[in-house]
Amino acid sequence: MAHHKLETPLTEDAVRALRLEDTVSITGIIFGIRDATQIRIFDQGIAPPCDLSGGVCLHTAPGVRKLADGRYEKLSIGTTTSTRMDRFTEPLMEQYGVRAIVGKGGLLAGSVRAMQRLGGVYLAITGGAAALETLQIEEITDVWWEDLMPECLWRFRVRDFGPLIVAIDAHGNSLFDRVKAEAAARIREFSFD
Amino acid sequence: MSIYDSIEEAAKELYIRALKDIPADVRAALDRGLRAEQQSGNTTAEQVLFTIIENIKVADEQDTLVCQDTGLPVFRVRIGTALNVDGAEIESRLRIGCERATREYPLRSNTVHPLTRKPTHTNTGQGIPAVKLGFARGTDEIEIVMAPKGSGSENMSFLKMLNPADGRKGIKRFVVECVFESGARPCPPVILGVGLGGTSDVAMQLAKEASCFREIGSSNPDPDAAQLEAELLDLVNRTGLGPQGLGGATTALAVHVEWAHTHISHNPVAVNIQCWRGERARAVISADGGIRYGAS
Repeated sequence: MAHHKLETPLTEDAVRALRLEDTVSITGIIFGIRDATQIRIFDQGIAPPCDLSGGVCLHTAPGVRKLADGRYEKLSIGTTTSTRMDRFTEPLMEQYGVRAIVGKGGLLAGSVRAMQRLGGVYLAITGGAAALETLQIEEITDVWWEDLMPECLWRFRVRDFGPLIVAIDAHGNSLFDRVKAEAAARIREFSFD
Repeated sequence: MSIYDSIEEAAKELYIRALKDIPADVRAALDRGLRAEQQSGNTTAEQVLFTIIENIKVADEQDTLVCQDTGLPVFRVRIGTALNVDGAEIESRLRIGCERATREYPLRSNTVHPLTRKPTHTNTGQGIPAVKLGFARGTDEIEIVMAPKGSGSENMSFLKMLNPADGRKGIKRFVVECVFESGARPCPPVILGVGLGGTSDVAMQLAKEASCFREIGSSNPDPDAAQLEAELLDLVNRTGLGPQGLGGATTALAVHVEWAHTHISHNPVAVNIQCWRGERARAVISADGGIRYGAS
Protein backbone atom coordinates (compact mmCIF):
# COMPACT_ATOMS: atom_id res chain seq x y z
CA MET A 1 0.00 0.00 0.00
CA ALA A 2 1.82 3.06 -1.30
CA HIS A 3 1.26 6.75 -0.65
CA HIS A 4 0.90 9.04 -3.67
CA LYS A 5 1.21 12.83 -3.67
CA LEU A 6 -0.82 14.02 -6.66
CA GLU A 7 -1.18 17.42 -8.29
CA THR A 8 -4.21 18.47 -10.28
CA PRO A 9 -5.27 18.17 -13.04
CA LEU A 10 -4.87 14.38 -12.87
CA THR A 11 -3.72 12.38 -15.88
CA GLU A 12 -5.17 9.01 -16.82
CA ASP A 13 -1.76 7.39 -16.18
CA ALA A 14 -1.60 8.81 -12.65
CA VAL A 15 -5.08 7.51 -11.90
CA ARG A 16 -4.48 4.06 -13.37
CA ALA A 17 -1.32 3.67 -11.26
CA LEU A 18 -3.38 3.75 -8.04
CA ARG A 19 -4.23 0.48 -6.30
CA LEU A 20 -6.93 -0.39 -3.75
CA GLU A 21 -6.04 0.81 -0.22
CA ASP A 22 -3.19 3.03 -1.48
CA THR A 23 -3.35 6.46 0.15
CA VAL A 24 -3.38 9.75 -1.75
CA SER A 25 -2.93 13.42 -0.90
CA ILE A 26 -3.85 16.12 -3.40
CA THR A 27 -2.44 19.57 -4.02
CA GLY A 28 -4.11 21.93 -6.49
CA ILE A 29 -7.79 22.42 -7.29
CA ILE A 30 -10.82 20.45 -6.10
CA PHE A 31 -14.41 21.11 -7.19
CA GLY A 32 -17.28 20.86 -4.69
CA ILE A 33 -20.52 19.35 -6.01
CA ARG A 34 -23.65 17.86 -4.46
CA ASP A 35 -27.12 16.55 -5.39
CA ALA A 36 -28.59 19.84 -6.65
CA THR A 37 -25.42 20.75 -8.58
CA GLN A 38 -25.55 17.53 -10.58
CA ILE A 39 -29.33 17.63 -11.04
CA ARG A 40 -28.70 21.00 -12.78
CA ILE A 41 -25.87 19.66 -14.94
CA PHE A 42 -27.44 16.38 -16.01
CA ASP A 43 -31.21 16.51 -15.43
CA GLN A 44 -31.58 20.13 -16.56
CA GLY A 45 -28.79 19.86 -19.14
CA ILE A 46 -26.87 22.99 -18.09
CA ALA A 47 -23.12 22.61 -18.67
CA PRO A 48 -20.83 23.62 -15.81
CA PRO A 49 -19.27 27.05 -16.40
CA CYS A 50 -15.73 25.78 -15.72
CA ASP A 51 -13.33 23.15 -17.07
CA LEU A 52 -13.59 19.90 -15.10
CA SER A 53 -11.19 17.84 -17.25
CA GLY A 54 -8.65 15.94 -15.17
CA GLY A 55 -10.64 17.24 -12.25
CA VAL A 56 -11.23 16.03 -8.72
CA CYS A 57 -14.80 16.42 -7.43
CA LEU A 58 -15.67 16.41 -3.73
CA HIS A 59 -19.21 15.54 -2.59
CA THR A 60 -19.90 18.47 -0.30
CA ALA A 61 -22.17 21.32 0.71
CA PRO A 62 -19.90 23.63 2.71
CA GLY A 63 -20.79 25.87 5.61
CA VAL A 64 -19.58 29.36 4.62
CA ARG A 65 -19.85 33.04 5.48
CA LYS A 66 -20.31 35.60 2.69
CA LEU A 67 -17.92 38.54 2.99
CA ALA A 68 -18.61 42.16 2.07
CA ASP A 69 -16.63 41.83 -1.20
CA GLY A 70 -18.82 38.90 -2.34
CA ARG A 71 -16.19 36.24 -1.66
CA TYR A 72 -16.85 33.33 0.69
CA GLU A 73 -14.99 32.50 3.87
CA LYS A 74 -14.83 28.79 4.76
CA LEU A 75 -16.46 27.82 8.06
CA SER A 76 -16.90 24.05 7.85
CA ILE A 77 -16.28 22.01 4.73
CA GLY A 78 -16.96 18.30 5.01
CA THR A 79 -18.15 15.38 2.92
CA THR A 80 -21.59 13.94 2.27
CA THR A 81 -22.67 10.40 1.35
CA SER A 82 -21.74 9.66 -2.28
CA THR A 83 -24.16 6.80 -2.86
CA ARG A 84 -27.08 9.21 -3.36
CA MET A 85 -25.28 10.75 -6.34
CA ASP A 86 -24.06 7.49 -7.86
CA ARG A 87 -25.87 7.90 -11.20
CA PHE A 88 -24.00 11.11 -12.02
CA THR A 89 -20.52 9.57 -11.79
CA GLU A 90 -20.31 8.04 -15.26
CA PRO A 91 -21.49 11.18 -17.14
CA LEU A 92 -19.18 13.38 -15.04
CA MET A 93 -16.25 11.33 -16.29
CA GLU A 94 -17.51 10.69 -19.82
CA GLN A 95 -18.81 14.17 -20.70
CA TYR A 96 -16.59 16.40 -18.58
CA GLY A 97 -13.38 14.39 -18.06
CA VAL A 98 -13.49 14.14 -14.26
CA ARG A 99 -10.81 11.70 -13.02
CA ALA A 100 -11.49 11.36 -9.29
CA ILE A 101 -14.43 11.52 -6.92
CA VAL A 102 -13.70 12.23 -3.26
CA GLY A 103 -16.52 11.14 -0.98
CA LYS A 104 -17.77 8.89 1.76
CA GLY A 105 -20.04 5.86 1.68
CA GLY A 106 -18.88 4.60 -1.72
CA LEU A 107 -20.40 4.19 -5.19
CA LEU A 108 -22.29 1.32 -6.82
CA ALA A 109 -21.39 -1.29 -9.45
CA GLY A 110 -22.14 0.91 -12.49
CA SER A 111 -19.69 3.53 -11.30
CA VAL A 112 -17.03 0.88 -10.59
CA ARG A 113 -17.34 -0.30 -14.21
CA ALA A 114 -17.30 3.29 -15.51
CA MET A 115 -14.12 4.04 -13.57
CA GLN A 116 -12.47 0.99 -15.09
CA ARG A 117 -13.58 1.92 -18.62
CA LEU A 118 -12.82 5.66 -18.48
CA GLY A 119 -9.88 5.77 -16.04
CA GLY A 120 -11.23 7.11 -12.79
CA VAL A 121 -10.93 6.48 -9.06
CA TYR A 122 -13.01 6.94 -5.94
CA LEU A 123 -11.02 8.31 -3.03
CA ALA A 124 -12.59 7.72 0.39
CA ILE A 125 -12.25 10.55 2.83
CA THR A 126 -13.12 10.10 6.50
CA GLY A 127 -16.75 11.16 6.75
CA GLY A 128 -17.45 13.64 9.52
CA ALA A 129 -13.84 14.81 9.71
CA ALA A 130 -14.70 18.30 8.53
CA ALA A 131 -12.45 20.21 10.93
CA LEU A 132 -9.36 18.65 9.35
CA GLU A 133 -10.77 18.91 5.84
CA THR A 134 -11.52 22.62 6.30
CA LEU A 135 -7.94 23.19 7.47
CA GLN A 136 -6.58 21.52 4.30
CA ILE A 137 -8.69 23.71 2.01
CA GLU A 138 -6.67 26.89 1.62
CA GLU A 139 -9.23 29.02 -0.14
CA ILE A 140 -12.62 29.08 -1.84
CA THR A 141 -11.49 30.54 -5.17
CA ASP A 142 -14.79 30.53 -7.11
CA VAL A 143 -18.48 29.84 -6.68
CA TRP A 144 -21.03 29.30 -9.44
CA TRP A 145 -24.80 28.85 -9.18
CA GLU A 146 -25.23 30.62 -5.84
CA ASP A 147 -29.00 30.14 -6.13
CA LEU A 148 -28.38 26.50 -5.15
CA MET A 149 -26.69 27.51 -1.87
CA PRO A 150 -25.17 25.53 -0.24
CA GLU A 151 -25.21 23.04 -3.16
CA CYS A 152 -23.44 25.41 -5.55
CA LEU A 153 -20.53 24.50 -7.80
CA TRP A 154 -17.48 25.35 -5.69
CA ARG A 155 -13.80 25.63 -6.61
CA PHE A 156 -11.32 25.09 -3.77
CA ARG A 157 -7.52 25.46 -3.66
CA VAL A 158 -6.06 22.67 -1.52
CA ARG A 159 -2.66 21.63 -0.17
CA ASP A 160 -1.86 18.04 0.90
CA PHE A 161 -5.58 17.27 0.98
CA GLY A 162 -5.85 13.85 2.61
CA PRO A 163 -4.90 11.20 3.38
CA LEU A 164 -7.55 9.76 1.07
CA ILE A 165 -7.92 5.99 0.66
CA VAL A 166 -8.26 4.49 -2.82
CA ALA A 167 -11.56 2.64 -2.34
CA ILE A 168 -12.47 2.11 -6.02
CA ASP A 169 -9.58 1.82 -8.45
CA ALA A 170 -9.48 2.12 -12.25
CA HIS A 171 -9.25 -1.67 -12.64
CA GLY A 172 -12.75 -2.71 -11.57
CA ASN A 173 -12.02 -3.20 -7.86
CA SER A 174 -14.07 -1.78 -5.00
CA LEU A 175 -12.95 -2.00 -1.38
CA PHE A 176 -16.56 -1.40 -0.30
CA ASP A 177 -17.75 -4.39 -2.35
CA ARG A 178 -14.93 -6.60 -1.06
CA VAL A 179 -15.66 -5.69 2.57
CA LYS A 180 -19.40 -6.22 2.09
CA ALA A 181 -18.92 -9.60 0.40
CA GLU A 182 -16.71 -10.72 3.28
CA ALA A 183 -19.26 -9.40 5.80
CA ALA A 184 -22.10 -11.23 4.01
CA ALA A 185 -20.12 -14.49 4.20
CA ARG A 186 -19.53 -14.01 7.94
CA ILE A 187 -23.18 -13.16 8.61
CA ARG A 188 -24.26 -16.37 6.85
CA GLU A 189 -22.31 -18.25 9.53
CA PHE A 190 -24.01 -16.40 12.44
CA SER A 191 -26.51 -18.54 14.39
CA PHE A 192 -28.30 -15.54 16.05
CA ASP A 193 -29.06 -17.78 19.06
CA MET B 1 -32.64 36.15 33.30
CA SER B 2 -36.07 34.58 33.37
CA ILE B 3 -36.19 30.80 33.15
CA TYR B 4 -37.47 31.15 29.56
CA ASP B 5 -34.60 33.48 28.57
CA SER B 6 -32.23 30.89 30.04
CA ILE B 7 -33.87 28.08 28.05
CA GLU B 8 -33.46 30.10 24.84
CA GLU B 9 -29.84 30.90 25.66
CA ALA B 10 -29.09 27.26 26.59
CA ALA B 11 -30.78 25.94 23.41
CA LYS B 12 -28.58 28.22 21.28
CA GLU B 13 -25.42 27.38 23.20
CA LEU B 14 -26.09 23.61 23.31
CA TYR B 15 -26.59 23.46 19.53
CA ILE B 16 -23.15 25.03 18.98
CA ARG B 17 -21.41 23.13 21.80
CA ALA B 18 -22.76 19.78 20.60
CA LEU B 19 -21.29 20.44 17.14
CA LYS B 20 -17.86 21.41 18.52
CA ASP B 21 -17.14 19.30 21.57
CA ILE B 22 -17.35 15.49 21.32
CA PRO B 23 -18.48 13.89 24.63
CA ALA B 24 -15.77 12.25 26.78
CA ASP B 25 -17.35 8.78 26.56
CA VAL B 26 -17.31 8.91 22.74
CA ARG B 27 -13.66 10.05 22.69
CA ALA B 28 -12.71 7.15 24.99
CA ALA B 29 -14.56 4.65 22.77
CA LEU B 30 -12.79 5.96 19.64
CA ASP B 31 -9.42 5.60 21.42
CA ARG B 32 -10.29 1.99 22.28
CA GLY B 33 -11.26 1.42 18.64
CA LEU B 34 -7.91 2.78 17.42
CA ARG B 35 -6.02 0.44 19.77
CA ALA B 36 -8.11 -2.53 18.60
CA GLU B 37 -7.32 -1.80 14.94
CA GLN B 38 -3.62 -1.31 15.72
CA GLN B 39 -3.56 -4.69 17.46
CA SER B 40 -5.27 -6.40 14.54
CA GLY B 41 -2.83 -4.80 12.10
CA ASN B 42 -5.48 -3.32 9.77
CA THR B 43 -3.69 -0.23 8.49
CA THR B 44 -6.68 1.21 6.59
CA ALA B 45 -8.96 0.99 9.64
CA GLU B 46 -6.18 2.41 11.80
CA GLN B 47 -5.75 5.30 9.36
CA VAL B 48 -9.48 6.10 9.47
CA LEU B 49 -9.67 6.08 13.27
CA PHE B 50 -6.45 8.07 13.51
CA THR B 51 -7.96 10.70 11.18
CA ILE B 52 -11.17 10.82 13.25
CA ILE B 53 -9.23 11.39 16.48
CA GLU B 54 -6.95 13.93 14.77
CA ASN B 55 -10.06 15.72 13.48
CA ILE B 56 -11.50 16.00 17.00
CA LYS B 57 -8.16 17.51 18.14
CA VAL B 58 -8.23 20.05 15.30
CA ALA B 59 -11.82 21.03 16.19
CA ASP B 60 -10.74 21.52 19.83
CA GLU B 61 -7.70 23.60 18.90
CA GLN B 62 -9.41 25.71 16.25
CA ASP B 63 -12.67 25.99 18.21
CA THR B 64 -14.54 24.85 15.12
CA LEU B 65 -17.25 22.37 14.11
CA VAL B 66 -16.27 18.68 14.09
CA CYS B 67 -18.47 17.88 11.07
CA GLN B 68 -20.12 20.15 8.51
CA ASP B 69 -23.51 18.50 8.93
CA THR B 70 -25.29 20.65 11.51
CA GLY B 71 -28.13 18.13 11.39
CA LEU B 72 -31.68 18.50 12.56
CA PRO B 73 -31.95 19.72 16.17
CA VAL B 74 -33.34 17.15 18.61
CA PHE B 75 -33.95 18.05 22.27
CA ARG B 76 -34.73 15.84 25.23
CA VAL B 77 -36.23 18.01 27.96
CA ARG B 78 -37.06 16.85 31.49
CA ILE B 79 -39.09 19.31 33.51
CA GLY B 80 -39.02 19.08 37.29
CA THR B 81 -42.55 18.69 38.60
CA ALA B 82 -41.85 21.16 41.43
CA LEU B 83 -41.66 23.91 38.78
CA ASN B 84 -44.73 25.71 37.52
CA VAL B 85 -43.80 26.46 33.89
CA ASP B 86 -45.51 27.08 30.55
CA GLY B 87 -44.66 24.12 28.28
CA ALA B 88 -45.64 25.96 25.09
CA GLU B 89 -43.24 28.79 25.96
CA ILE B 90 -40.44 26.26 26.57
CA GLU B 91 -40.98 24.78 23.09
CA SER B 92 -41.08 28.23 21.55
CA ARG B 93 -37.81 29.29 23.25
CA LEU B 94 -36.03 26.07 22.15
CA ARG B 95 -36.98 26.95 18.58
CA ILE B 96 -35.78 30.55 18.92
CA GLY B 97 -32.49 29.26 20.39
CA CYS B 98 -31.92 27.09 17.30
CA GLU B 99 -32.74 30.00 14.99
CA ARG B 100 -30.31 32.25 16.86
CA ALA B 101 -27.51 29.66 16.72
CA THR B 102 -28.08 29.28 12.98
CA ARG B 103 -28.05 33.04 12.32
CA GLU B 104 -25.46 34.21 14.84
CA TYR B 105 -22.73 31.52 14.54
CA PRO B 106 -23.69 31.08 11.57
CA LEU B 107 -24.53 27.37 11.14
CA ARG B 108 -25.40 25.79 7.80
CA SER B 109 -29.19 25.41 7.63
CA ASN B 110 -30.51 22.03 6.51
CA THR B 111 -34.28 22.33 6.89
CA VAL B 112 -36.49 22.07 3.78
CA HIS B 113 -40.17 21.35 3.04
CA PRO B 114 -40.48 17.60 2.33
CA LEU B 115 -42.43 18.08 -0.92
CA THR B 116 -41.36 21.40 -2.39
CA ARG B 117 -37.81 21.10 -0.92
CA LYS B 118 -38.02 24.85 -0.23
CA PRO B 119 -35.48 25.77 2.48
CA THR B 120 -36.41 27.60 5.71
CA HIS B 121 -32.80 28.82 6.28
CA THR B 122 -33.26 28.56 10.07
CA ASN B 123 -32.71 24.87 10.98
CA THR B 124 -36.28 25.05 12.28
CA GLY B 125 -39.71 24.60 10.69
CA GLN B 126 -42.90 22.66 11.05
CA GLY B 127 -42.22 19.95 13.68
CA ILE B 128 -38.53 20.89 13.95
CA PRO B 129 -36.79 21.10 16.40
CA ALA B 130 -37.90 17.66 17.55
CA VAL B 131 -38.65 18.01 21.24
CA LYS B 132 -39.08 15.00 23.53
CA LEU B 133 -40.71 16.21 26.72
CA GLY B 134 -40.53 14.27 29.96
CA PHE B 135 -40.87 14.98 33.65
CA ALA B 136 -38.71 14.43 36.71
CA ARG B 137 -40.60 14.11 39.96
CA GLY B 138 -39.61 16.28 42.91
CA THR B 139 -36.99 18.57 41.31
CA ASP B 140 -37.32 22.25 40.45
CA GLU B 141 -34.85 22.13 37.56
CA ILE B 142 -35.09 21.60 33.81
CA GLU B 143 -32.59 19.28 32.13
CA ILE B 144 -31.99 19.86 28.41
CA VAL B 145 -29.94 17.47 26.29
CA MET B 146 -29.43 18.43 22.66
CA ALA B 147 -28.36 16.18 19.77
CA PRO B 148 -27.88 17.64 16.26
CA LYS B 149 -28.84 14.59 14.19
CA GLY B 150 -26.74 14.24 11.06
CA SER B 151 -28.36 13.03 7.86
CA GLY B 152 -25.93 10.28 6.86
CA SER B 153 -26.78 8.25 9.94
CA GLU B 154 -30.46 9.29 10.20
CA ASN B 155 -31.05 8.12 6.62
CA MET B 156 -30.16 4.66 7.93
CA SER B 157 -33.27 4.24 10.11
CA PHE B 158 -35.34 1.06 10.11
CA LEU B 159 -38.55 -0.32 11.56
CA LYS B 160 -39.93 -3.82 11.30
CA MET B 161 -42.98 -5.27 12.98
CA LEU B 162 -41.68 -8.81 13.43
CA ASN B 163 -43.90 -11.69 14.44
CA PRO B 164 -43.85 -12.73 18.09
CA ALA B 165 -42.68 -16.17 16.90
CA ASP B 166 -39.56 -14.55 15.35
CA GLY B 167 -38.48 -13.98 18.95
CA ARG B 168 -35.10 -12.83 20.15
CA LYS B 169 -33.37 -14.54 17.25
CA GLY B 170 -35.43 -12.60 14.72
CA ILE B 171 -34.61 -9.35 16.52
CA LYS B 172 -30.87 -10.06 16.35
CA ARG B 173 -31.03 -11.06 12.71
CA PHE B 174 -32.94 -7.91 11.74
CA VAL B 175 -30.51 -5.58 13.58
CA VAL B 176 -27.48 -7.19 11.92
CA GLU B 177 -29.21 -6.96 8.51
CA CYS B 178 -29.80 -3.22 9.10
CA VAL B 179 -26.12 -2.68 9.87
CA PHE B 180 -25.11 -4.65 6.79
CA GLU B 181 -27.58 -2.75 4.59
CA SER B 182 -26.29 0.59 5.94
CA GLY B 183 -22.67 -0.33 5.15
CA ALA B 184 -20.41 2.69 4.89
CA ARG B 185 -23.18 5.28 4.69
CA PRO B 186 -23.89 6.17 8.36
CA CYS B 187 -20.19 7.01 9.04
CA PRO B 188 -19.13 4.00 11.10
CA PRO B 189 -17.98 3.29 13.75
CA VAL B 190 -21.53 4.00 14.84
CA ILE B 191 -23.57 4.06 18.02
CA LEU B 192 -26.37 1.66 17.28
CA GLY B 193 -29.74 2.40 18.89
CA VAL B 194 -32.31 -0.39 19.09
CA GLY B 195 -35.89 0.21 20.24
CA LEU B 196 -37.95 -2.84 21.19
CA GLY B 197 -41.67 -3.11 21.84
CA GLY B 198 -44.38 -0.49 22.23
CA THR B 199 -46.34 0.68 19.21
CA SER B 200 -44.37 1.44 16.04
CA ASP B 201 -43.84 5.12 16.93
CA VAL B 202 -42.75 4.24 20.47
CA ALA B 203 -40.19 1.76 19.11
CA MET B 204 -38.67 4.47 16.87
CA GLN B 205 -38.54 6.94 19.77
CA LEU B 206 -36.82 4.37 21.96
CA ALA B 207 -34.27 3.71 19.21
CA LYS B 208 -33.49 7.45 19.06
CA GLU B 209 -33.11 7.60 22.86
CA ALA B 210 -30.71 4.63 22.59
CA SER B 211 -28.58 6.06 19.77
CA CYS B 212 -28.41 9.72 20.78
CA PHE B 213 -28.97 10.13 24.51
CA ARG B 214 -27.31 7.15 26.20
CA GLU B 215 -23.69 7.31 27.36
CA ILE B 216 -21.28 4.77 25.90
CA GLY B 217 -20.39 2.34 28.67
CA SER B 218 -23.88 2.44 30.17
CA SER B 219 -25.94 -0.75 30.13
CA ASN B 220 -29.70 -1.13 30.13
CA PRO B 221 -30.79 -1.76 33.76
CA ASP B 222 -32.84 -4.75 32.58
CA PRO B 223 -30.44 -7.75 32.55
CA ASP B 224 -32.12 -9.32 29.49
CA ALA B 225 -31.80 -6.09 27.51
CA ALA B 226 -28.20 -5.62 28.72
CA GLN B 227 -27.37 -9.16 27.59
CA LEU B 228 -28.85 -8.40 24.16
CA GLU B 229 -26.73 -5.22 23.93
CA ALA B 230 -23.56 -7.26 24.53
CA GLU B 231 -24.52 -9.97 22.04
CA LEU B 232 -25.43 -7.45 19.33
CA LEU B 233 -22.19 -5.49 19.78
CA ASP B 234 -20.22 -8.71 19.37
CA LEU B 235 -22.16 -9.73 16.23
CA VAL B 236 -22.04 -6.29 14.60
CA ASN B 237 -18.29 -6.01 15.10
CA ARG B 238 -17.75 -9.54 13.81
CA THR B 239 -19.19 -8.48 10.43
CA GLY B 240 -15.84 -6.77 9.75
CA LEU B 241 -17.46 -3.79 7.98
CA GLY B 242 -15.21 -1.54 10.06
CA PRO B 243 -14.59 2.21 10.24
CA GLN B 244 -16.18 3.99 7.24
CA GLY B 245 -17.14 0.57 5.84
CA LEU B 246 -13.56 0.07 4.62
CA GLY B 247 -13.04 -3.05 6.74
CA GLY B 248 -11.94 -3.59 10.34
CA ALA B 249 -12.92 -4.67 13.82
CA THR B 250 -14.77 -1.51 14.88
CA THR B 251 -18.13 -1.20 13.14
CA ALA B 252 -19.98 -0.04 16.27
CA LEU B 253 -18.66 1.79 19.33
CA ALA B 254 -21.72 0.69 21.29
CA VAL B 255 -25.13 -0.95 20.97
CA HIS B 256 -27.84 0.46 23.21
CA VAL B 257 -31.23 -1.18 23.64
CA GLU B 258 -34.29 0.57 25.06
CA TRP B 259 -37.64 -1.18 25.43
CA ALA B 260 -41.31 -0.79 26.23
CA HIS B 261 -43.99 -3.39 26.85
CA THR B 262 -45.89 -4.32 23.73
CA HIS B 263 -49.01 -6.11 22.47
CA ILE B 264 -49.24 -9.93 22.56
CA SER B 265 -49.28 -9.95 18.76
CA HIS B 266 -46.46 -7.33 18.30
CA ASN B 267 -42.69 -7.71 18.12
CA PRO B 268 -41.56 -4.23 16.96
CA VAL B 269 -37.87 -3.60 16.32
CA ALA B 270 -36.62 -0.13 15.47
CA VAL B 271 -33.05 0.80 14.56
CA ASN B 272 -31.64 4.32 14.69
CA ILE B 273 -27.98 4.98 14.06
CA GLN B 274 -25.74 7.74 15.35
CA CYS B 275 -22.47 8.41 13.52
CA TRP B 276 -19.05 8.24 15.25
CA ARG B 277 -19.22 11.83 16.46
CA GLY B 278 -21.98 10.84 18.93
CA GLU B 279 -22.74 14.48 19.49
CA ARG B 280 -24.80 15.63 22.42
CA ALA B 281 -24.59 18.48 24.94
CA ARG B 282 -26.38 18.97 28.23
CA ALA B 283 -27.48 21.85 30.43
CA VAL B 284 -29.51 22.12 33.61
CA ILE B 285 -31.58 25.25 34.21
CA SER B 286 -32.43 26.06 37.81
CA ALA B 287 -35.61 27.76 39.01
CA ASP B 288 -33.83 31.14 39.27
CA GLY B 289 -32.69 30.91 35.64
CA GLY B 290 -29.10 29.79 36.34
CA ILE B 291 -27.55 27.58 33.61
CA ARG B 292 -25.07 24.76 34.34
CA TYR B 293 -23.48 23.12 31.30
CA GLY B 294 -21.84 19.71 31.34
CA ALA B 295 -22.32 15.97 31.57
CA SER B 296 -23.51 15.86 35.17
